[in-house]
Parts: sequence; structure tokens; C-alpha cells
Amino acid sequence: MDALVVRDFHKSYGKYVGVDGISFNVKHGEIFGLIGPNGAGKTTTLRVLSTLLTVTSGDLVIYGKSVVKEPNEVRRIISYLPEDAGAYKNLTGRQYLDFIASFFANGEDRRNMVSRGIEMTGLDERIDSKVDTYSKGMMRRLLISRAIMTKPKFAIMDEVTSGLDVVNASEIRQIIKDMAKSGVTILLSSHNMFEVEHLCDRVALINQGKIVAEGAPSDLKRRYNTTNLEDVFTKVVKG
Amino acid sequence: MSHILSLIKKELRELLTPATILPIVIVALLFASLGGLTGGAVEDAVTAKPNIAIVNMDDGNFSQIYYDVIDELNATVVYNGSEQADIDHALAAMKSQGAMATLVIGPDYSSTIESGGRANITIYWNMVGTGMFSSMSTMPVEMLVGTVAANTTEVLISSGMPEENPQNITSPVQYESTTFLGEKELVGVGPAEVSAFLQGQSFMMPLLIMIVIVMLGGIIISSMGQEKENKTLETLLTLPVSRTTIVSGKLIGSALVGLLFAGVYMLGMNYYMEGLMSMAQDMELAELKLGIAETAIVGLMVALAILCALGLCMILGAFAKNYKAAQSLTIPISFLAVIPFFVVMFTDFVNLPLMAQAILFIIPFTHPMMAMNNMLMGNYELVYYGIVYLVAFTLATVAITVRLYKSDILLTGLGTTISGGPLGRFLRKR
Repeated sequence: MDALVVRDFHKSYGKYVGVDGISFNVKHGEIFGLIGPNGAGKTTTLRVLSTLLTVTSGDLVIYGKSVVKEPNEVRRIISYLPEDAGAYKNLTGRQYLDFIASFFANGEDRRNMVSRGIEMTGLDERIDSKVDTYSKGMMRRLLISRAIMTKPKFAIMDEVTSGLDVVNASEIRQIIKDMAKSGVTILLSSHNMFEVEHLCDRVALINQGKIVAEGAPSDLKRRYNTTNLEDVFTKVVKG
Repeated sequence: MSHILSLIKKELRELLTPATILPIVIVALLFASLGGLTGGAVEDAVTAKPNIAIVNMDDGNFSQIYYDVIDELNATVVYNGSEQADIDHALAAMKSQGAMATLVIGPDYSSTIESGGRANITIYWNMVGTGMFSSMSTMPVEMLVGTVAANTTEVLISSGMPEENPQNITSPVQYESTTFLGEKELVGVGPAEVSAFLQGQSFMMPLLIMIVIVMLGGIIISSMGQEKENKTLETLLTLPVSRTTIVSGKLIGSALVGLLFAGVYMLGMNYYMEGLMSMAQDMELAELKLGIAETAIVGLMVALAILCALGLCMILGAFAKNYKAAQSLTIPISFLAVIPFFVVMFTDFVNLPLMAQAILFIIPFTHPMMAMNNMLMGNYELVYYGIVYLVAFTLATVAITVRLYKSDILLTGLGTTISGGPLGRFLRKR
């Protein structure tokens, strides 16, 4: 079953072409990675899927809901985690999770959602500290918990471990794996090829707005005769 | 030395940006234009010919001096009567023809002076504005009365009249004032006193509005810049809630903060007003205090002005890519608040040229700033038009903001989105 179908998707900013007619599918429960150099069109694709940007042409359908025609429906089933995202600094972690939960549930369901979120953060008593006082790792855990606690069908994550230390990044990757096991489909972008190789079931390599390679990391390594995904990336991008 | 030069150059490049230079240039231009406006107002007041109505019930020679001086100063007389009953007609002519004052000379004017006394006249002043320069319009009439007094002194001295009290020769005429301000008649009060009182009272409201709008504008735009920088806006926009709800929530929340600010300032202002009123307790001036209905209208207009300011801030904030960019976007809001503040302080809307009136009317913050004085002057029409305009302005800004929130521009900024097509493209409906 396809969780995401992208067909001939174009996105332009005036004369500048950000994404130049890409097509790909993501299957239910898959972790799919979008990789590519800076300015390749990864974040644009994620932002369009998150209903933040409009489509120039083509369509993107998440679990049967068109991003172009039904953005409100799409927002009910997705969860988006932008790169370097923050939270409202004057709220505590608990208050922030409760604020987000208020858009998805009421009463007992809302309280349960917040409890689930708090448990996932692993922040213990620090959950009642102001977000302003959190380290980058704590902040990322809070935001990932925010993204998961609503039980989305489709999670979109941009550079999810960017700037984190080894321990925090490893913990976050484990959380993402657990998410996928629980049935959440995940689309992520990353510059960290090690992370992509070990986390993603399949990847699409995007360069100058076009998909130039697609497949499972092991298939790509075989196809390009390399031992790791970083070399695949270099070969594809440099030609 | 080269190190310090490099550092100085770096500082200059950082500090002298269009965002820092533009406000200084605009403030300089603003003061220059205000100087022209105020200078013009003062010059007009000083060089204007007296324009009066006169009721002379005296048959003697001394009251004839008024007519000699009227000829001498080339003054305009819009009404000339000689009976007690003519006073009402004279006042009506003064108001309808915009004359500066009505002089009423009593029947015993000449005989009082001849008998060595000091004669009284009554002056009904027609105040047509409440600005700082409004009382200056009385200067030509005061000059006329002063000249009459001086000429009377000359006659008394040259005729060698016996005089027990020399003061009555040097000041043979004194006058009592009554001032008309719109529909209000303030007996025993001159325009200068009214103007001074009104300045004390009506200066505070525009000041309060200006402070609240400048402060709130800064807070709202900066918070939007911060939302973009922290990417909390991106999270917010992917939640299952309509853009209209997000915009309305932001607007109402911010408006409550604005009203709280305004309320705190108003509380302070209330103490100030009480102090002002206690000075005017036994005076006719207390009549100028606004009633409950008028106060409610001013309150409504302040609330609407805050909503207008927030709407504008949200439109401008949509273009702010980050916190720093947001700082420079507060400048237009500040100017829109400062310009009407200065104009209302110095002069009156009704006395401005049509073009200036049009510009001021378009600025939403002008309306609550001048509402208090307009109601005192009986210009309720202008107040009601102001309320309608403020409501329309608020709705328009909300509609534009919602449109912006549905477009790419909120995340991509202006440059990248409109470069390839008309401005309307960025407002393309999702």
C-alpha cells in the first residue's frame, strides 16, 4: 500500500526552479530518505508535503489525500518536524505538549496524549522547566515527542539529528525506528549518509530539483559499486 | 592603525543600513514639514485681518474709535448691530461666516470713560479648532481691541480730561470673554485658557495611542520574526486548524495584550485628568470633560485602532524572515502613529488642506487621536466616519493576512516569490 505518491511535482520560485518534475512512492510503514546536496530541493519537497508551500504543478497524495486539493485533510494525518525547529520559549515542556495536543484531542484523550508525549521525551522533572532552559538534545526530544504523540500516519522530518551529539543522535534514531515499527510512515531528509544508510528502507537522491537515483541503500551501493552511501552520493552528484 | 580602521569600517557597514538611515531621514523630513506647517499657522494668525461681528449700543464718541480702528486695520465686519436684541443675530453671523469674535459695546460705554471710569465690553470668541495654534486665531481681534484702548488713551490725554485714577487713562477699556467651542458656550473664559486646558486634556490621548501602537507594533512584529526564526510558525501551520483561525487567534490574543497596555496607561491618565479637573472645578472649563457616551466612543476607537495596528503588523510581520528583519519592519508602524500625533497636537484636522486631510484620514490611528476634540467641537460626523473606516480597515487587514498565511510568501519572503510574476501570484489561493 502506498502511503505517499508523488507525481511529476514541480515547484518554482519566480524564475528559479526548486523542484523539476519529481515522482516517487513511499510504502506504508517505510522509512524513506531524501538525500542530496544543499539547494537540491529536499526541504522544498518536505515543505510542500507539509502543506506549507503551494505546488506549481503535479500532485502529492498522502494516504489518498491530495496536498493540492485537500490540505486540511492532509494536516490531520501528518506530522512535520522542521530542521532546527524550536518551541515557544515561555512555555514549559508540558505546556508546549498540551498546546499541541489541544489541536488533536479533548478531555481524557488530550490528557493521555500529553502523558504519552511526556513519557517519550524522557525529560522527567525537567518537563516542567521552561523550554528556554533546554539543551539542543532536550529540545529535539521534546519536538520529536510532539510529532509522535499525536499518532500521525505520516511523519515528515527534516535533518532530524542535525547538530546533536553522538549519544543524543543515536537515541533519536532509535525513536524513529520504533515509530516505523509502530506503523508510522516516515519521510526524512538528511546530510548524514551514515544515518540514512542505517535508518532508511529506501532513499531517493535528489540533485538540482531532479531525482537522479532511487532504491534501497544496499541496491544503490551495488549499482554504483561502492561500500557506503556517501560514495554513492559523491559519484551521483559529481557525475 | 589598519586594524582599528578595519573595525571602524565593519561597524559602519553593520550600523549604516537602509533600515537605520531611512528612519532618520524620514524623521528629519517630518520635522521639516511640521516646521513649515506650524510656521505657516503662526504667520497666518499674525498677519490675518480681524474678522468680526459688532453690536454697538453706545451713542457716545468713544465707541466710534472701534470703527476708526476697524477701517485702519482693514478689518471685515460680518454683522453690525446696535440693539440688545442684535446680539443673537451677531453671534449667528459670527458662527455661520466663521468670524473670529463678536464685540458687544454696552450703552454706557462712552459715559463711563468720560466720567473717569473704566469701560467694559464683552467679547464672544469663536474657537474653530483645539490644536496648539487654535487660540492664535484670536490675535488679530486682540490687536484690534488693544489699538482701540491705545487710541482712547490718546484722546483722553490730548483732551486734558480731569482724571483721578491714572490707570483708567492708560487702560480705559477692559473686556470680558465668552468663548464658543462648537456647541459649548464657556462664559468668562478666553480662547487662550480654553486652548491651554484642551492641550492638557487632549494631548494625553494621542500620546497614549501613539505609545501603545509603537510598543505593540514592535512586540507583535518581533514575535512573528521570532516565530519564523524558531520555526514554531511552520509547526503551527501544519496543525489541523484553518489559517483564518490561526490569524484570528493571533489577532485576538495580541489585541487583549494591547488593550491591557492601553488600560494601564488610561488608569494613569485618569489620575492626571482628575488633577487637571480639580484645577478647573469651579470653572466653566469643567464642561469640556467628556461624558460617559463620548468616553465609550473614544474607548471603542482606541480598541479598533489597536486592531488596525495588529492587522498591519501581521501583514508586515509576514514579510519578516527573522527577528532582526522584523525590527526594521516596525518603522512604518511607528511613523503611522507619530505623524497624526504631531499634526493633532499642533493643529486641527478641519483646518488642514484637503490633501493633508486625505492623508491623515487614511492613517487609521488619526481617528482615535482626534476623536476627543472632534466631539468637543461637535464634529460627530467625522467621528462616525472614523469608526466605519477603522472597522473596514481592520477587516481588510485580516483578509489580507489570511491570504498571506495561505501563500508561500510567509515562509519564502517577498523576493523569491514575486520575481517571476505579478504580486498577485504570492496571494494565489491554495
